[in-house]
Parts: sequence; structure tokens; C-alpha cells
Amino acid sequence: MTAAIPYQLVWLIFLLPLFSFAVISLIFRPFLNNKPRLSGYITIAAISGSLILSIWALTEVLAAPGHELAIPDISWLVIEGGINIHFGLIMDSLAAVMLIVVTVVSLMVQIYSQGYMRGDPGYHRYYAFMSLFTASMLGLVLVDNLLLMYIFWELVGLCSYLLIGFWFHRPAAANAAKKAFIVTRIGDFGFLAAILLLYSNAHTFDIATLIDKAPGLAAMSFLGASVLTWAAIGIFAGAVGKSAQFPLHVWLPDAMEGPTPVSALIHAATMVAAGVFLVARMYPLFEHSEAALLAVAIIGGLTSIFAATMGLVMTDIKRVLAYSTISQLGYMMLGLGVGGIAIGIFHLFNHAFFKALLFLGAGSVNHATGTFDIRHMGGLRKIMPWTYATFLIASLSIAGIWPLAGFWSKDEILASSLENQPILFYLAMVTVFMTAFYMFRVVFLTFGGQYRGGDSASHSARPHESPPVMVVPMVILAFLAIGSGWLNITGSFGQFLGHGETHSFVLGFFGVLAHPLAWVSLLMAGAGILLAYAMYSAKWLSAERITRLFYPLHTLFSRKYWLDELYENIIARIVLLNGLFAGLRLFDSGVVDGAVNGVANTMVATGRVIRKAQTGQLQLYGLFIILGVLAIIFCLYFFG
Amino acid sequence: MSLGLEHFLILSAILFSIGLYGALTKRSAIVILMSIEIMLNAVNIAMVAFSRYIVPALLTGQVFTIFIIAVAAAEATVGLAIIIAIYRSRETIDATKIDLMKW
Repeated sequence: MTAAIPYQLVWLIFLLPLFSFAVISLIFRPFLNNKPRLSGYITIAAISGSLILSIWALTEVLAAPGHELAIPDISWLVIEGGINIHFGLIMDSLAAVMLIVVTVVSLMVQIYSQGYMRGDPGYHRYYAFMSLFTASMLGLVLVDNLLLMYIFWELVGLCSYLLIGFWFHRPAAANAAKKAFIVTRIGDFGFLAAILLLYSNAHTFDIATLIDKAPGLAAMSFLGASVLTWAAIGIFAGAVGKSAQFPLHVWLPDAMEGPTPVSALIHAATMVAAGVFLVARMYPLFEHSEAALLAVAIIGGLTSIFAATMGLVMTDIKRVLAYSTISQLGYMMLGLGVGGIAIGIFHLFNHAFFKALLFLGAGSVNHATGTFDIRHMGGLRKIMPWTYATFLIASLSIAGIWPLAGFWSKDEILASSLENQPILFYLAMVTVFMTAFYMFRVVFLTFGGQYRGGDSASHSARPHESPPVMVVPMVILAFLAIGSGWLNITGSFGQFLGHGETHSFVLGFFGVLAHPLAWVSLLMAGAGILLAYAMYSAKWLSAERITRLFYPLHTLFSRKYWLDELYENIIARIVLLNGLFAGLRLFDSGVVDGAVNGVANTMVATGRVIRKAQTGQLQLYGLFIILGVLAIIFCLYFFG
Repeated sequence: MSLGLEHFLILSAILFSIGLYGALTKRSAIVILMSIEIMLNAVNIAMVAFSRYIVPALLTGQVFTIFIIAVAAAEATVGLAIIIAIYRSRETIDATKIDLMKW
């Protein structure tokens, strides 16, 4: 078949974008600043190279026994009888699938950015950070020990910070970047704690070794539960931060301040998927701990409905998509929790393509109209046919309409949750309805009706279709959004990944329609679409009247459950800043400084007292001498 | 009663104490000098007594006494010279008033 891929080329998969980052930062930006397109070209070339290598690696992994390639390690830090950290890669089915996702979406976004970011003064910086991000994400997916994975995890977070705050002179963007980094850091603290806990008990960072030692770790007890449960919960905490699950989801909507291609790549398809990937990679650890799996499923299920409620009322197209991402990530976590690796990752695979497409479509609309506010859009269906068509396809996919991609993975998750956690199944069903509703609300308000935006003199009064460099990636992603679900029709995707079958739907392309669950989910989705049509397109129901009818709920949703106020005003400002930190500051200035100054003051006061003995009178000094002599005689006589 | 070493040593101690008391408490510088002379003479008596009663043939103590007398004389001379110099600049020889080197 194909030639065996030399392991050096596997290393090259993530080194190529790193190389392009280095070239852009060190050569292009300083010396060739007036030729911005070069950065784009080298990034696209590097990522295309990575994509080709990833496809080759995938074919190899498909053919390899056990679906894993052996890659030699590089010894990094070896201390006799203690630490042995090496620098190695895993190339198994999970890594191969993730590589495809990351490289394909990244490539599409980079090509799209050539059009979207045209004329921006920070062009070099943009592509440098995009290259670094892609390299970090690919590295994160490939490495085989937790320490290196943590390094790449943080690097990915750093790139997210840099790219969200790309237009740093806008205060909203700078604050959003800070918020993203800080909130994900809170989760990363849990992750680090888990890594350290695992190391102190298993004495290794290597993932394969930890998986082998998992049953032993499950038997060790620590603070009430087993070591394994705590470690799994810590790892999941990192995933909660990175994948924007409740309660650390607050950074993702604000992260929409960044450029739209950044949102497409990082906050839809790849970085936020890193949390899901981490849980999948460490899944054998989770399998031994019932409590951790349950936590994953519950938080995933709750987050998905929680975020969907907020997506219902947002007026900014990117915010709707952000809440949609949080909700779909909740689905993925639910899938991991109740089903297994294959189910969660399958949804990640499909979601990456259609969510990236949705964001690119939003960017295209913004390129034409100059705004993201769906109240000022409308009628773009005829003006921007390609954008409309691809956005519609992606919306149908995310709503879970047969036979598009989203249907297959969503129904897998629904089937598994029905078997294992029925309550979460009902929540997930309601979420299906809400997802369809809010996506089609956006579709109808943006593309249907008459154009409501822009005054007649400005550019935005005459919107136009985007240039081909932006449309072609969208079309490619649209094909993937239609077809990526078909990989599992015969269950092959699930078998490839292992650890959890995708069972109920191995009935074939049309055969699945015989299954009652499929019809229930299609009905829910259809109802959502119908309601959106009634409210926003045909106007059978008035949106304003329904808003007034459900006013308390509407306020709750549009104020994001007041969580931002809770976190920023109450927790950060009152409890921490004015409470704990002020107390600590008082301690520092009072007790610590007081002790230091107190010692000095005591010395000075003592000196002030003692120097009174220097009277200058000779006879007093003579008296002291005599007394001293007497004391010496006394000591010598009595103590020998 | 025959005189023994202890009688001379007690005399020496009493004289030394008298001299010490005078040196530490008297105001006039000349009286301090006189007290120092008393202390030196007390030592002389002790020296001679030790020499006479322990090893009379060597006369060590008597010789040492002569040294002490000579040194005492020189020292009294220098002391008086200093007192005269102080009197010239300060118009006083009160020891309590000469206290420049203080806090």
C-alpha cells in the first residue's frame, strides 16, 4: 500500500508551522514588513505540508496493527534513580483524527484570512500567531506525556490570548483577552494539580504508563476518594476551563472580540476542542472512576442546555455562535461521559467543520455589511448566495437534520444518554430544539426579508458577496459539513477509535430512519426551525409579544444569568480584592513590615538608653573598671 | 603577739581600698593623684611583706618596690603637668567638670 511514514515526518507535522512562525517573526516582520502577503503564503504552505503529512499518517495508522505507529522517544531529562522525562509522540487513531481536524480547519481559515485580514496593519503578527497556534495545537495532540501536553496546553492558551487581543488598542478586546487567559488558568490549576498528583503516586508523566497503572491508582486512597478520581477531576477541570463549560464558560462569548477567522479556528474548532481531546486521551483513567465520568456527563449536559438558553436571545451573530459552541462542547462532554471516546470525538470531528463554516460565514457577512448585529441585517440571501448556501448547510448540520453530518453524531450522543442517564437525555432533547431555533433565528434574520442595515451613503448600504479567496474555503467546509458524518454509517469511525461503540446507528444511510429516536430528534429540530420561521420569517407570531410574555426569562438569558456580574463584581472585586487581598495586604504591611521595623526600632531605643552611660566623667569609668575586675575575681574564685 | 604576713597584707588591703575610694569619688584632681600614690604605696607594702616572709634571701620584693617608687614619681610628675594644663584652659580641676567625651 503506502510506504511506511518515517517517524521524522511525524515530528515534522507540528514542526512545520513552528518553522513558519519562526520565519515570520524573525525574518519577514523585521525585514520584509512591506510585503505582508508573504506571511500568509508561508503559513498556508506550512499547514498544507502538515495536512499532507497528516493524511499520510492517517492512512498508515489505518493499516497499522492496533491502529498505532511506534515512534522512538527522545530522552530529555534523565536523572538516575528518579526522573525520566522524554520527549515523544503518540501516533494512534485519536491523534490521527485530531490531526486531520486541526490541519484541515486551520488551512481553510488561513486561506480565508488572506481575504478577511487584507489591509490590516498587523498582518504579519496575525499569521505568526496563527502559525504558532497551529503548531501548539498539533503538538498538544501528538505528545505522549502530560508535562509536554501541559506546556502545549498553555501555549495554546497564550496564542488564544494574543489573537483575541489582536486589535489590542480596543479596550474591549484587551479585556476579553485577559479574561480568557485568566479564566482558563483557573482550570489549568486543576490540571496541574492532577498532573502532580499522578506523578507523586505513579512517578511518571508518560500517558501510556499512567494508563497501565490506572487500576493501581484507583485503589489508593487520598482525602476520601481514590487518587484516580481526584486526578480525573483535576484533568476535567482543565478541560472545563479550556472547553468553556460551566462555570468557566464566561470567557468564550467575550472572546468574540477577536478577528472572526480567529474565532473560527480557535474558539470553534480546535482550542476549545482541546479539553474534549484531553478527556478522550486520558479516558482509560476516567473509565476506572465512576464519579469522574458522571461529573463529565452532568456538567456537559447541563452546560449544553444552559448555553443554549443564552443563545436564544443574543443579537450579535458571533455571540450566538459562541453560545452554540459552548452548548455543542457540552454535548461532546456528555458523549464522552455516557458513551465513550468514539462518540464524543465523532461529534468533535463533525462540529469542527460546520462550526468553523458558520463563523467564516459570519465573517463574510461582516465583511459585507460592517456589523455583526443581526437586527441590522436581512435580505442577504440574494446578494450573497454562496455565503447563504454554505451558512444554511452548516445550520442544518448543527440542527441535526438528516442526512447531514450533525445528525449522525448528535443522535449517537442522544442514544447513549438515553441508555445511561435518561435525565440528561431529556435535557439534551430540549437543547436540540433550542439549537435548531436559535440557528434558524439567525438564518432568517440575517438572510431573509429586506436589508435593514446601513445608511444609503456608506459602503454597508450596498453589501456584496465576498471574494473567492473567502468563499472557496467555505464551500470546501460545506462539503465536509455535509459528508463528515457518513464516515460512521457502517460504524467504522467508532471502531477506528475504539473505547465505546457507536452502536445504535450502524443501520445504514437510510436504515437509520427506521429507528424511532431518529424521528424524535428530527421532529424536535423541525419544530425549532418551524418556530423560528413563524417568528422571524413568516411573522405568524410576533417576536416582541413573545419576549414580553416571557420577560423574566428573557432578561435572565440576555443578562447571561448575571454570572459575569457575579464573577467580576462579587467574587473578584468584593470577596477577593477588597476582602482577602486587602486582608493579606494589611498582614504584610502590619505584621511583616511591623516585625522588621520593630526590630530596627528596638535597636535604636536600646542604643538611646545605653549611651547615657557615657558621661564623660573619668571616675565613673574607673568605677566600671574596678567592678569588672571584681567580677572576674569572683568568677575565677567561685567557678574555677 | 608576733607579726605575720597576714597583718601586712591586711594593712595593704586597707590602704589600697582607701586609695581606691579616693580615686573614684574625690572631685579635686590633685586629691585623685594623692589617692593613686596611696594605692601604689599599698602595693609596695604588700611586695615587701611577701618578699620578707616567703623568700627573704632573694630580696625580689624590695627591688620591685624601688621600681614602683621610681615609676610612681614619674607618673605623678606627668599627672601634675596634665592638671596644670587643664587648669590653664578650663580654670578648674574639678573632675566632674571635665566631661567633653560624652554622649
